[in-house]
Amino acid sequence: MKYLMIGAIAIIKREALRFISQKARFIASLVRPIIWLIVFAAGFRAALGLSITPPYETYITYEVYIVPGLCGMVQLFNAMQSSLSLVYDREMGSMRLLLTSPIPRCWLLFSKLMAGTLVSIIQVYSFLLLAGFAGITFSFSGYVLALPVLLLNGLMLGALGLFLSATIKQLENFAGVMNFVIFPMFFLSTALYPLWKMAEASTLLRDICAFNPFSHAVELLRFSLYGQFNGTAFIYVFCALVLFLSASLWGYDPARSGFAKKSK
Amino acid sequence: MRLITLLTFTLLSTSVLADEIWVTNEKDDTISVIDVESEKVIRTIEVGERPRGITFAHDYSVVFVCASDSDTVQVIDPETGKVLHELPSGEDPEQFILHPNNKFLYIANEDDAITTVVDVESRKVVAQIDVGIEPEGMAVSPDGKTVITTSETTNMAHWIDVETHKIIANSLVDQRPRHAEFTADGKELWVSAEIGGTISIFDTQTKQEKAKIGFEIQGIHKDKIQPVGFEKTKNGKYVFVALGPSNHIAVVDPANYKVLDYILVGRRVWHMAFNEDHSKLFTTNGVSGDVTIIDVNSLKATKSVKVGRFPWGAAFRPTKG
Repeated sequence: MKYLMIGAIAIIKREALRFISQKARFIASLVRPIIWLIVFAAGFRAALGLSITPPYETYITYEVYIVPGLCGMVQLFNAMQSSLSLVYDREMGSMRLLLTSPIPRCWLLFSKLMAGTLVSIIQVYSFLLLAGFAGITFSFSGYVLALPVLLLNGLMLGALGLFLSATIKQLENFAGVMNFVIFPMFFLSTALYPLWKMAEASTLLRDICAFNPFSHAVELLRFSLYGQFNGTAFIYVFCALVLFLSASLWGYDPARSGFAKKSK
Repeated sequence: MRLITLLTFTLLSTSVLADEIWVTNEKDDTISVIDVESEKVIRTIEVGERPRGITFAHDYSVVFVCASDSDTVQVIDPETGKVLHELPSGEDPEQFILHPNNKFLYIANEDDAITTVVDVESRKVVAQIDVGIEPEGMAVSPDGKTVITTSETTNMAHWIDVETHKIIANSLVDQRPRHAEFTADGKELWVSAEIGGTISIFDTQTKQEKAKIGFEIQGIHKDKIQPVGFEKTKNGKYVFVALGPSNHIAVVDPANYKVLDYILVGRRVWHMAFNEDHSKLFTTNGVSGDVTIIDVNSLKATKSVKVGRFPWGAAFRPTKG
């Protein structure tokens, strides 16, 4: 048990050191949502207010609506960044070193996942602090209740990134991840527009958004920030986590030819 | 068992004794009664056609409602919600003000360009005063000596002497004045101009305009910023101004007439009412058919409650004794 913890702490420490040393990565993780909040949300300001949909109890401006979605974006980008670093580690050989340690592979991967999630949580709270300076604040309980949700969402998105890293053969292919994973996941979700607004454009678009696990992650976070619990979103995100985690364990299974070949 | 009985009784007593906000619904011909604590509609009362202005007697024994399309002012028992009788209000009553003597009701008759004075005890018309075209806003000075009628088309505030029932002065204001209020010390008269987009402040001694407040909301066209109803906090710290189709309430500092903030509420906000300690403000949002509740301390909208169609007037009723 002790050696498992030593392994997990070492991985988390390594990720933390990487995070501290990569100041540009941290700044970029904050600049991205801030630009969305200031520039994009300003363009769609909806000064006359958005219709009331749960968990909101009164009219809100677009800036207020978009904040949970931008928190989700921070975690999504961080998860994909972690998956990129895994591919990098594999190319550099450090991944092989890690996977040949006596610690169970699933524990190693989970530790890696947890490390990435903790980094994303720091990034989200830093963004929420900056959003607070822009006048978008939540109650203290909202900030506290968001923590377990951010953990769950971070693990779910990280597990997806882990699975993708098992399937990406080369670092250069990461651009494909951007085009085929991050953008569709972000834009075809409730991060930017409520579901009823999507339904006005197309019912197919609404159905895709409703199917997208990222939408449920954003909604789960949105509700928690207002001190409410969205049971459906929780079940959806939890199931997605189990699915993605299983898929990544399968992807990193040495018995499977895929990873064994790639790591040679 | 005794504990359960006691708890049930306490809970029931709390719900029975909660203060209320009464809201007139123009298109539904009803009044929605909102419980101030639970912030829910607890009663809906049917009244005459197109109810707008609403005010309680100073002892809260009855409530007066302008049923504009029924051409009457209805007197309602707030306990039972039953119409006790009607007052001869003249045609199309829209707003009114109850004199501090609790006896005379001054009613603006929009279609007839008159202000009708009704004795609420004898239920008789005491006087009818010719004023400008489309009278609407009504105010009475704290000393009860002067009554104001604003006329929407003439763009004037008419100063009426209560003794003689004669106009003693007229003050020009910006286009479409809709609401008027005296300050608690009686030194100032505030008048909102819907089309003009301003609030004019008059010195009651000289009857001259001493200041004017304009409004500007980022991202909203000036034409949509239409001040209508406004209310002052007891402590004199804020004046809240309903800005109509801009869906915002402006927060004004009455000490320097500066706009401090704008609060987003429902669509087409008309009027508002405070709870007893002025910690909550309830705004009637005509088009969205709801009432937005503002926390006065944080100046934030906390909740919007669905009421009937096109809510217009609002009044507070204490029930805690």
